[in-house]
Order: sequence, then C-alpha cells, then structure tokens
Amino acid sequence: MDMHATKKKLGIKEKYAHMTRGLDWETSYQPMDKVFPQATFEGIKIHDWDKWEDPFRLTMDSYWKYQAEKERKLYAVLDAFAQNNGHLGLTDARYLNAIKLFLTGISPLEYVAHRGFAAAGRNFPGVGPRVACLMQSVDEMRHAQTQIHALSNYNKHYDGFHDFKHMLERVWYLSVPKSFFDDAFSAGPFEYMIAIGFSFEYVLTNLLFVPFMSGAAYNGDMATVTFGFSAQSDEARHMTLGLECIKFMLEQDPDNLPIVQKWIDKWAWRGVRVLTLVAMMMDYMLPKRVMSWKEAWEIYFEQNGGALFADLARYGITMPECLKQCSIDKEHIGHQAWATFYQYGGAAAFHTWMPSDDEMDWLSAKYPNTFDKYYRARFTHWRDEAEKGNRFYSNTLPMLCQVCQIPMLFTEPDDPTTICYRESDYDGEKYHTCSDGCKHIFDNEPQKYIQAWLPVHQIYQGNCFPEGTDPTVEGFDPLAKVLEWYHFDNGHDNLDFEGSRDQANFAAWRGMATKNT
Amino acid sequence: MAVQALKDYNFPSADSQDKFHGGQLLYVGWDDHLMFCAPFAFCLPPSMPFSELCEKVLPNSFGYHPEWAKVDFKAATWLKSGQPWQPDMSKTLAEQGLKHKDILRLKTPGLKGLAGSSS
Repeated sequence: MDMHATKKKLGIKEKYAHMTRGLDWETSYQPMDKVFPQATFEGIKIHDWDKWEDPFRLTMDSYWKYQAEKERKLYAVLDAFAQNNGHLGLTDARYLNAIKLFLTGISPLEYVAHRGFAAAGRNFPGVGPRVACLMQSVDEMRHAQTQIHALSNYNKHYDGFHDFKHMLERVWYLSVPKSFFDDAFSAGPFEYMIAIGFSFEYVLTNLLFVPFMSGAAYNGDMATVTFGFSAQSDEARHMTLGLECIKFMLEQDPDNLPIVQKWIDKWAWRGVRVLTLVAMMMDYMLPKRVMSWKEAWEIYFEQNGGALFADLARYGITMPECLKQCSIDKEHIGHQAWATFYQYGGAAAFHTWMPSDDEMDWLSAKYPNTFDKYYRARFTHWRDEAEKGNRFYSNTLPMLCQVCQIPMLFTEPDDPTTICYRESDYDGEKYHTCSDGCKHIFDNEPQKYIQAWLPVHQIYQGNCFPEGTDPTVEGFDPLAKVLEWYHFDNGHDNLDFEGSRDQANFAAWRGMATKNT
Repeated sequence: MAVQALKDYNFPSADSQDKFHGGQLLYVGWDDHLMFCAPFAFCLPPSMPFSELCEKVLPNSFGYHPEWAKVDFKAATWLKSGQPWQPDMSKTLAEQGLKHKDILRLKTPGLKGLAGSSS
C-alpha cells in the first residue's frame, strides 16, 4: 500500500507539537491518579495542563544537536588547557581553593538536580512540563559531567580534589548544600519546581554562577570559564522554566497562591543561606577580586530580583519578608563565614588564610560600614598570632542551625555583635535555629527537620569514624578519625595555605615554566 | 503544621538524648567574643559538676582568647534560652536542671573582645 507523503519536512511548530504534546495519552488500564500519585497531595490545583506554554519550543532532536555542538567546543578547550599546563597561568594557587569548594559543594548538586528534575518530570501529568523537565534533567547531568571533567585536570596536580562524592555525604560544611537539595527532593514535584526551578535557578542563580565564572575569568582559569559558558545557554532555559512554572500554577487556580507564596518564602531563605559560601568565596578566596558580595547582592538581587517581584505582584505574590534582612546581612556574612572556615580550617578540604594588608584595605573600601569596625581587629590578631607560630584552630565543634545546618555564626539583624539565637520546642525536645527565616521553616514542618543529619551531633553520636574504630582506647584522637572517615589527606588537604603543598608545588612548577634555574 | 505527605509522616528525632551514649548536649556561647564564630556544642555527662565545666571544659575551648584569663566567674552572669539564669557551681548539670540541648550564654562584664570590637 502506498503511503501518501504530504510534505518532506515538518515546520518547527508542527514538529514541536508532534514531538511533545503528541506523545501524551490517557491511560486506560489504570486510572490517571494512580499513574501520577504525586500530582495532587501538595494541594496545588491544575485544571488544564495544556495551558502550559513552553517559550523555547525545543524538541529532543534539536536539543541533542545544540548540546553536541557545545560539547565539542568545550572539550577542545579542556584538552588545550590540560596539554598546555593551563593551571600554571592562574593568578595564585590560593585561587584553587575556590574551585575545590565548587567541585565538592556545587558539582554534586548538579547531579542531584538531574535526579530531581527527572523525578519531577515523571510525576507531572502534563506533557509540556514533563518534556521541559526531561531536558533540564539531561542538562544537569551534563553540567555535573563537564564540571567534573574540567576540574579533574587540577586533581592531577593539587590536593583536595580527589573524592568529592564521598565528601558530600559526610563533611560538615557540605551538609549545607546537600541538605538543601535533600529537602527539595523529598518534597512533592510542585514544591521541587519552586525550590530549584524558581528560587534557585531564577532568583539566585546569577549570584551563584556569575561570581564563580567571573572569578575564574579574572584568575586565569580558562577551563572553568569554558564550562560556565557551555552551561550558560542552558541556564537561560532553566530560568524560563522556573518562571513559567510559577506563573502556570498561579494562573490555574486562586487557591494555589498561598501555597506558592509559602514555598517562595521558604526557598528564597534556604537559597540565601547556601549563598553564604559564595559570599565568602568572593570576598576572600579570589586572589583577583571581581566585586564584593555586597555589590553582587545589590546588582543581582536588589535590582534584578526587585524587578522580578514587581512583575509577580500582579498574581498577588509578595517579596519574601525574610529577604529584607539580607540587605543588612550583605555587610557581614562573607566575613563571618571566612572567620568560621579559618578557625575550622583543620577540618576543611581546602586551605584558608588571613587576608594581606592590601586585601584588608580592599575589604575596608568595599565594606566601609562594617569591616574595620567589626572584623579587622579579629583578622589582624589572628594573622599576628599565626606569625608567632600560634595559628588559631578551634578545638571544639560548633553548634549548628537545625535547618540550614550552618554553624550558628549569624548575628542579630539589629546588632552585629550578638549571635542570633532562636529556638523551638517540639515533642519534648529543643531545636535551635540561626535566624527568624530558619525558625519559621522549622516551625512550619518540624516533623521534617527533626530528622536532620547534623554533622556535629552525628560526630558526638559516634557515627563519623571509620568502621572498627574504638573511641575508648587511650589517646583516641576523634578529629583525626573523623578526617579519615571524610577521606581527607590530613596535613595536605586541610590547614593554612601558608606552608601547604599546593603553595610549594605551584611556586616550583611556575618557576620551572618561567625561569631557567 | 503537618508535613504534606502521601502517607503518615512520623519519624523519630535524629538527636534524642538516648543516642549520645549517656551524654547530653550542652551549647555554650560567650557574648561579645565573636572570635569564636559560633557557640560551642559539648557532649557532657549529666553528672558533671558545673564547676568542672567552668574550670576545665570551657578554658580548653575558649582559652585561645587573650581575654579568657580575665574572666571572673564570680562576676559573670548567664542566660539560659535567653533568660537570666543562676548556676550553682557545686551542683551537677542534671541537678541544676540543665536538659539535653539546653543553651547557655556567658556574659563577662567589662570584657568587650579584641580592641573592643566584640571579637
């Protein structure tokens, strides 16, 4: 029988319709609510999934084509970087610590995001968001891979890059980003989309990626810049997905508004707390600074984010109350976080150091209201003590926030000389949080957060030593055993940059590349 | 509020006292001394006298600070969960009603940190 061919090729619009919407069907052997059990329990009401608008109208075949092209370019640059000893072009070996933080704290989250979007896509009954989530899921997998490949080159030469996956599931500060994603992934698909798709990818993404990628460019790290560029066009698509998702929920039913608002409030604050690590990276870890955290917050949140919330106001969405506190915190959190890592630098898989005089002057200029008044004396004292051979390493574990899992280092919004203490009682036990934002999140869902795997408490429970460890033997050194369990190379991965193997190797190798003796 | 969930959602606390091998958690912060970035978390026997906490445990943790040597426990005041609280040095943690995960703040009048910066 002859097939009647109408046209040789479909137009993009037709192709999109066939390759996305046309792939959907109504189930007949099982009711739809059994096939999509997660579609309704969060309380979000969707009446017509076909109202979902995908602004990119990307089909899978064109997606593969674009991504393959980007991969070819990326790997050509990575190869060239590796073969030409690109790592010796860095401004200073201190810079490496910023990308150690990235590799251990952020790249594994790209992988978790891959899983999360795959799950969200599986659980949405509408075909439009399902296809969009599928592509984002593949993107996130690609980002994880390209980052790992790009940074693996550094693993050949420097300490601290060797076991990021193992570390993510154990190390105290990595529990901050890990618990953020665990929290999102263990929610339903709609909350996940607000948490990651909207709050993280839309509201806060510029504050995460731009500082790292600009930092890489300023400090001669072409490999990282290139994976940043390769991911950038995906990020634009992700931002659009996040925004489309929130508008779709709000347009479908007026009852969705309070639920969506509650999630935005929660996830904006969760995201802001994770970004504390970025603040510290920008203000302290880049030998050649891009801008201060305060400036980044003003540009990427106060200006851009302000416009976003003005746009969402027509749906009844208001700016999360807790974000107002960030305009106070922006003056402090970078300094407070670096002070924390400096004193717990014995238990971090990267090096820490005190800023030089020049760098302190830069900090004074960027933070005229706070640096000299609250932080300079502390840092100068530590530097002087280190020069006398009395470098400060705290010997006692810090108290952590039950929700964000960051040590309780944040100060009261109206008093930067006093730690912000908040507590809640639930079912006969006390739970401590670092801020009104985190307390509010705890009080809304205490059953969820009482299960938090808080690294400090887990160490005290004896759950963070290598198998077979006997903590009762004489001379037992708990810190050394915890570091062994973390897979840290104690003495090389951790401690001060001054005197580190990274510092010595970089100086020696660069010397060989630039001098004759 | 309850967690929105597909099934019954009820799990035990990860940090209930029975999991600490006889110890109890106690958090202690030293006001106006932010050189210590956060309050410390200790896991201590409930039978420890408060004097031992002050004479052995806290000096080990806070002793790096140049002002620690000037701390006078007779003049110091304490907050427990933000409220004024008076310890009895001779009693144990348990005897003075300190419970698992209680938080104390030590206030040392006249000591204002490095160069008066609360550091």
